[in-house]
Amino acid sequence: MRLTLFNVVVAVIIAIAFAAVNAAYLVWAERRGAARIQRRPGPNINGPFGLLQPPLDGIKLMAKQLTIPGGADKILFIAAPVLAMFPAIMSFVTIPFSENIVAKNMNVGVLMIFAFAALGSTSLLFAGWSSRNKYAMMASIRAVSQTVAYEIPMLITTITVVMIAGSMDLMEIVHQQSGSILSWNIFPLFGRSHNILMPMSFLIFFTCTLAETNRAPFDLGEAESELVAGFHTEYGSMGFGLFFMGEYANIVIGSCMTTILFLGGWGCPFGLFPGVWWFIIKLYLLIATFIWIRWTFPRTTIYGLLNLSWKILIPLSLFNLLFTAGLLKVF
Amino acid sequence: MSSPIQLKPDETFILNVGPQHPATHGVLRVKMEMNGEYIVNAETVIGYIHRMHEKMGELKTYPQFLMNLSRMDYLGALGYSHGHVLVVEKASGIEVPERAEYIRAIMVELNRIASHLFWFGAFVMDLGGFSPLMYALQDREHILDMLEAVTGSRLTYCYFRYGGLYNDVDDQFVASARKFIPRMRKSLKKYHKLVTGNVIFRKRLEGIAPLSKETCRKYGASSAVARGSGINFDVRKNEPYSVYPEFDFDIPVYHECDSLARYNVRMDEIEQSLRIIEQGLDKLPGGPIMPEKKPKIIKPPEGDYYQAVETARGSFGVRLVSDGGKTPYRLKLRSPTYSNMHLFDESCRGMLIMDALAFMGSLDLVIPEIDR
Repeated sequence: MRLTLFNVVVAVIIAIAFAAVNAAYLVWAERRGAARIQRRPGPNINGPFGLLQPPLDGIKLMAKQLTIPGGADKILFIAAPVLAMFPAIMSFVTIPFSENIVAKNMNVGVLMIFAFAALGSTSLLFAGWSSRNKYAMMASIRAVSQTVAYEIPMLITTITVVMIAGSMDLMEIVHQQSGSILSWNIFPLFGRSHNILMPMSFLIFFTCTLAETNRAPFDLGEAESELVAGFHTEYGSMGFGLFFMGEYANIVIGSCMTTILFLGGWGCPFGLFPGVWWFIIKLYLLIATFIWIRWTFPRTTIYGLLNLSWKILIPLSLFNLLFTAGLLKVF
Repeated sequence: MSSPIQLKPDETFILNVGPQHPATHGVLRVKMEMNGEYIVNAETVIGYIHRMHEKMGELKTYPQFLMNLSRMDYLGALGYSHGHVLVVEKASGIEVPERAEYIRAIMVELNRIASHLFWFGAFVMDLGGFSPLMYALQDREHILDMLEAVTGSRLTYCYFRYGGLYNDVDDQFVASARKFIPRMRKSLKKYHKLVTGNVIFRKRLEGIAPLSKETCRKYGASSAVARGSGINFDVRKNEPYSVYPEFDFDIPVYHECDSLARYNVRMDEIEQSLRIIEQGLDKLPGGPIMPEKKPKIIKPPEGDYYQAVETARGSFGVRLVSDGGKTPYRLKLRSPTYSNMHLFDESCRGMLIMDALAFMGSLDLVIPEIDR
């Protein structure tokens, strides 16, 4: 496909639309899911099954006045929510949903997604710093130390997968896993490496995704019972809305990456009819797990969280990296 | 966890937790001097909803003041009326029929379970888990329905009268209370499975905020705060009142002294309250609910009277000084949360803010009861 201006514009618009629709309806799904878990109906008034709730919420948020607290750093304060949303949307451009549905496939797709994910944490720092609020400041420092701690095991597990695939191209990684469930990276019996520790790698990656997206039980950046609303305490209106949507867009990105790296992308578990539908099924199953975990577990502590990363996840993922390297040499 | 660094005074900052903060569950303000996330010093500031209940007690006649007691603690209101009713009956020598005493005990225990259930939900919510609150509220709803059917209100009951009760219980209440007991036991099992056994939950409470026996004694702590620190004190056993000596129940005492111990005490207390209700329903005698002979105007003879009761939040004492008139000369309300809360200032020093707020949750604070 030739890269023309038209193509790029269409790709970006589709990516934005996909991210926005996903973010809006994941809020709905989250609220319905939470309600189901808590034995209450949830939003069910506006439209069938409350499906009109997200657009109405959006309109309400947009109609609100954007207040900037006195003494806040105005430029950073306005830039932070945009920065929260932007990397997530950009990441969608490289994600292959199936053989044909991909905006722009790059041979360093993995690297690009991680680069943008790292950019996301600056938005938390900006928001906390510019709000001039002690709660927001504390929350953003927590969130940044957490993101730094969890990016390392996440990258190491990704390198393991990249080593197995021999490529940083997301398409190529999926192609390597084509076949049935047994050739996916999570159970690589027929894959290139016969590493029995891959399920553990998958769990590490999934845990890191939870932590990276600031989701419960790792939602220390917005621990509402301690830090009021965390880094977005001072945000109202669409500023808050963008943070909110950014969070859900990041969840989608994290689940997409998990699907591509470990669950064989658009491949079918039985080797039949590979296609975008399998990708979508896997993606939403992972997201449902996110919601399920959030409404079941209490929050961890900040030291428990950092200890988990530095003392358990990093050594384990490093060991697995070495083990995989050894296996690749042997087989 | 304690702060390893020695600080100069200008290296800390002041964090105002409250009066409008999700963790304080009411209008309590805690002025915290912080070093990053560590608390160097904390000072609880109370009085935001002071309503002069004690003064009102001196100005109003006894029956007029009766409804004020249930406004002290909106979660376990019946226990507070019980204390007041008992002290006035003691002072003016009113005999209470046995049936009324049994119904009072059953009601107070039901109310205690409702209060503990709400605390359980709110406490887990403080730790970031939302769903248990909804489950707990559903169970609490059954209790409130039962209490509403008999007392006429759901939260601020005015059910006890000097000498008896306002309303007798009917068969429907007895039947629904009997049905409630096994259902609550089943729910308790579920809570233990869902919350008590959770790794994250235990990690957050084990060894957090140890309170020594001495600290508890120094501040006059009672309820689960004292019993979680190994002090075997419960007014129902130590200074028995009403018909409590006739019931067979245990006082759960834990010696770990940490937040988890306080949690465990309250969860076990729900089970013990269920036992009391079960026995109360079995033994419930017939007869009147109001005494036949009762003074028209309550005028306790001159003297100094005191009665303590065990409410959901601890030992609640009422001291009544009467000069023989229609209104008391002095009415002192010793509220348990007031003592329990003041532990916080001393004990939270050097703790992380998130541990400190979990600790605050384990104290089970109800702010209107502190400010009264």
